[in-house]
Amino acid sequence: MSARRPYIRSMDGWWRRDPFFIRYMIREATALLVVAYAAVLLLGAIRLAQGESAYERWLAALRSPWSLAFHLVLFAGLVYHTWSWFQIVPKTMPSISVGGKKLQPAVITGTGLVAAAFVSLVLLLLLLFIGS
Amino acid sequence: MKRSNAPIFWTLFGAGGMLSALIGPMLVLITGIAVPLGFLLPADLMSYPHMLKFAQHWAGKAFTFAVVSLFLWHGVHRIFHSLHDLGLKTATGAKLTCYGVALLGTALAAYSLLVIGF
Amino acid sequence: MNETHKVIAIEVLRYRPELDEKPFFQTYQVPFTEEMSVLQGLLYIKDELDGTLSFRWSCRMAICGSCGAMIDGVPMLGCHTFLRDYYPNKVRVEPLAHFPIERDLVVGADDFIGKLERIKPYIVPKEPRTLAEGEYLQTPAQLERILQFSSCINCMLCYAACPQYGLDPAFIGPGVLALLHRYNADSRDAARADRMQLVNAEEGVWSCTAVGYCSEVCPKGVDPANAVNQNKTASAADYFLHWLPKGSGK
Ligand code: SF4
Ligand code: FES
Repeated sequence: MSARRPYIRSMDGWWRRDPFFIRYMIREATALLVVAYAAVLLLGAIRLAQGESAYERWLAALRSPWSLAFHLVLFAGLVYHTWSWFQIVPKTMPSISVGGKKLQPAVITGTGLVAAAFVSLVLLLLLLFIGS
Repeated sequence: MKRSNAPIFWTLFGAGGMLSALIGPMLVLITGIAVPLGFLLPADLMSYPHMLKFAQHWAGKAFTFAVVSLFLWHGVHRIFHSLHDLGLKTATGAKLTCYGVALLGTALAAYSLLVIGF
Repeated sequence: MNETHKVIAIEVLRYRPELDEKPFFQTYQVPFTEEMSVLQGLLYIKDELDGTLSFRWSCRMAICGSCGAMIDGVPMLGCHTFLRDYYPNKVRVEPLAHFPIERDLVVGADDFIGKLERIKPYIVPKEPRTLAEGEYLQTPAQLERILQFSSCINCMLCYAACPQYGLDPAFIGPGVLALLHRYNADSRDAARADRMQLVNAEEGVWSCTAVGYCSEVCPKGVDPANAVNQNKTASAADYFLHWLPKGSGK
């Protein structure tokens, strides 16, 4: 007869156990904001298809203080998404050697962040150019 | 062991994650703050005639479609996994709901962009 | 040198299956010196204070991988963690998270070992080779691809750091997947197609949500999260290729 009686611990509230897990949950929660923003844009596209007056109402809603505050939250969340996204990118790549030296994860993360900043800037400049 | 069909959703998740990481914050800033306030960018940048022209152009269509649908696929994939993380056991319903939302959004985006015409 | 010993409180999670309904904490006062590890603290308890305390250890030098425990909530090797870093606070020692507790700090490793056996953790040669043909040659670049992943000591700390394993023990998990990758990436190996079947399953890489804590806690710099997540790319490629007529996705 076996005297074994293994005790299984509960996983309830596991993510509160470690600050690392809390950061992970925040990272995953940015998905809610990404979906919310996609919904805002989707609504805009639907209103655009419905015609001028429908679209004007969507545009007016964007100017409400609620919307502005909401977009500030979206902005903060998406910045965190960008930052955390490029933290994981090195994990998804095989190791790359440059001149016989292994490329450090921090370099890959940094490159991604610079690329994001660059693309965003180009987008803004393009619109400034179109706008003027 | 059974081959998982996760690669389909994971690829969409990854594409949406990358796109939103690259331009998400700036897009929010532009469409949600700068243009509505007329700050930095002219307030009429997103006026009806301008956006109509944008959405009638193939590039504008492609961009809008990619942003809306990929952001959705990215988000719902994470939300689905978070539900599992929070202890949701039977995954089928959650899976159908999450990916269903993305599919519906993708279809609505495609439909609207087609209605807008060329 | 004649130094007066400091005394640290070590709080150990006890569980004796024949006596206890559930685990409970027991605190021991342990005199310690600068160079004493948490494992040495436990050995002091066993030798001097309470012979009934059970825990695993062997090498005392971060090589055998048997002394893993949750030390103040973080998966660590007992022999690689020092009491001085916790003093004057107490230090709490619990069995590795996500594993069933067999007795005190001893957890059941059956699941881990079973998975380890399943991935064929050895080189399967492309064709039989005689001694006369000599050794296999590898370039430094080929070695580089596997070196880090071959440093694993099977300590299971990464499993204690992985909530996905805790939530669903069917997940093959970080350490074993890192080893799987180590053999798949080896230029001398020919069993990749077999192992990819494990990788491609839901219980393979697709249970991972890239939490990344496994790589933080690994005492050997294996970076299992990297092994798992680069295999998502490999598995996705395998998936889309197997749709092709006469697919290369074997
Ligand atoms: S990968 Fe690292 S943490 Fe995981 S079992 Fe191997 S040595 Fe231990
Ligand atoms: S006793 Fe061997 S790793 Fe700690």
